[in-house]
Amino acid sequence: MTVATLAFYLFACTAIAAGLMTVLARNPVHSVLWLILAFFSCSGLFVLVGAEFVAMLLAIVYVGAVAVLFLFVVMMLDVDFAELRAGMSDYLPVGLLIGLVLLIQLGLVAGQWVFADAAPELRTAVAPIPAEVENTRALGRLIYTDYVLLFQLAGLVLLVAMIGAIVLTLRHKAGIKRQDVLNQIYRERHEAVELKDVKPGQGL
Amino acid sequence: MEDAGFWTSYALPGLIILLQCLVVTVCLLVSLAFLLWMDRKVWGAVQLRKSINVVGPFGLLQSFADFLKFAMKEIVVPAGADKTVFFLAPLISFVLATIAWAVVPFNAGWVVSDINVGILFIFAVSSLEVYGVIMGGWASNSKYPFLGGLRSAAQMISYEVSIGLIIVGVLITTGSLNLTRIVEAQDGAYGLFSWYWLPHFPVMIMFFISALAETNRPPFDLPEAESELVAGYQVEYSSTPYLLFMIGEYMAITLMCALMTTLFFGGWLSPIPGLPDGIFWFTLKTVFFFFMFAMVKAVVPRFRYDQLMRIGWKVFLPLSLGWVVIAAGLAQYGVPGYARW
Repeated sequence: MTVATLAFYLFACTAIAAGLMTVLARNPVHSVLWLILAFFSCSGLFVLVGAEFVAMLLAIVYVGAVAVLFLFVVMMLDVDFAELRAGMSDYLPVGLLIGLVLLIQLGLVAGQWVFADAAPELRTAVAPIPAEVENTRALGRLIYTDYVLLFQLAGLVLLVAMIGAIVLTLRHKAGIKRQDVLNQIYRERHEAVELKDVKPGQGL
Repeated sequence: MEDAGFWTSYALPGLIILLQCLVVTVCLLVSLAFLLWMDRKVWGAVQLRKSINVVGPFGLLQSFADFLKFAMKEIVVPAGADKTVFFLAPLISFVLATIAWAVVPFNAGWVVSDINVGILFIFAVSSLEVYGVIMGGWASNSKYPFLGGLRSAAQMISYEVSIGLIIVGVLITTGSLNLTRIVEAQDGAYGLFSWYWLPHFPVMIMFFISALAETNRPPFDLPEAESELVAGYQVEYSSTPYLLFMIGEYMAITLMCALMTTLFFGGWLSPIPGLPDGIFWFTLKTVFFFFMFAMVKAVVPRFRYDQLMRIGWKVFLPLSLGWVVIAAGLAQYGVPGYARW
């Protein structure tokens, strides 16, 4: 048993255990923390298969940004734990059913899965990458040179989705004081201060 | 035979790596003690007071006395705190701040792990550091720490984006994600004018400001703003857990200084052609940037939170994104200094 195998089992077991704890944890914040551990173990698995760029990206995007937002939202929720536990028995059968269906589907897919006889050759025929080129460079060439159109199209779809989400949630309320920074910066003294000659005993 | 193979291929290299990690960690912690001293001395000088001068000559040993004080004190856990997460938070912030140093090249070849994606590793680890703060803020089960945790979550994510884009500019010029290669690419005939600060001048300043925000340093120390949140996410921490938070924070600051040195100021390279390169220059530059961090803290007043967010998203993000495009164009059309691969 090599160190790589040992590390694989360590990361794989951690990922599965953390995934399980994500579902089982009573406290939603603990759930998110376990989820983060699962993400992290997966990025360790990517390092083991030699995809160090994808591993770092997983850590940066999922662990460093997406999960933070998860945690952000979950922490703000005012959750009644007793109520959560009371609902558990109602939803358990449905949840189990969905899980069972997913498991059967996965089993069917994995059971039918056969690799083509010359899978590595077929892959390199589409995107030939010399063995000495490092991971990041190979990925960059695939995305930004060989398949740049598809990549840009995918980006465009995401952009449209983002704009859609913003348009749906943006509300302009009338009569709200908004800060205009440029306006503040370019304000002159005479616009802000007015000198008044106050007479004694009279006031303004 | 099997045993011999095990020893030479696994145990011995493992032991060497372990020793390297130990040496780096110990050196870092000791230098951190003196950097803390320097930090306080700089504030003292700016505020025209004597600052620490009692323990040891010039107060040099103050940090060690503080360490003893922290270690001896009683650990107080607030009632209703989530104990596991409460103690995990400072540990996470300390460990993450330390492991990022594994890929920092101190000198040519002086690096614990010379991985291909070194800069991404640092970026990933520094983006994880937010968890220490959020978990600490949430687990304390108290209002001020919670507000501090929320603030830091938004703040660190915002400034990570601009830091990432600024790094992309440097990577385009270098053509590699390896930190050693980034430093080597800055080696040129013109000494300090070959370094990246010149071609990447505007974003270098933006990187410095973003680094201040990313490490929760003044003027962006809103997660622990003492005038609003007492001490933010650290309110409920005392004794050793607090010490871990503090060391983690300063370790992250020193890392950002080292990153500034590596990315824009030529790492271990000497500024004048002809003088020998070496770890001396790396240390000198890093300490200089630490001095700049301390000066900023002493001189600049704290930002308001909405202003902080505005600068991050409306100023730094478009500017750094634009710079990526400009730098890529300059590199593509072979402007001298921009394409060094």
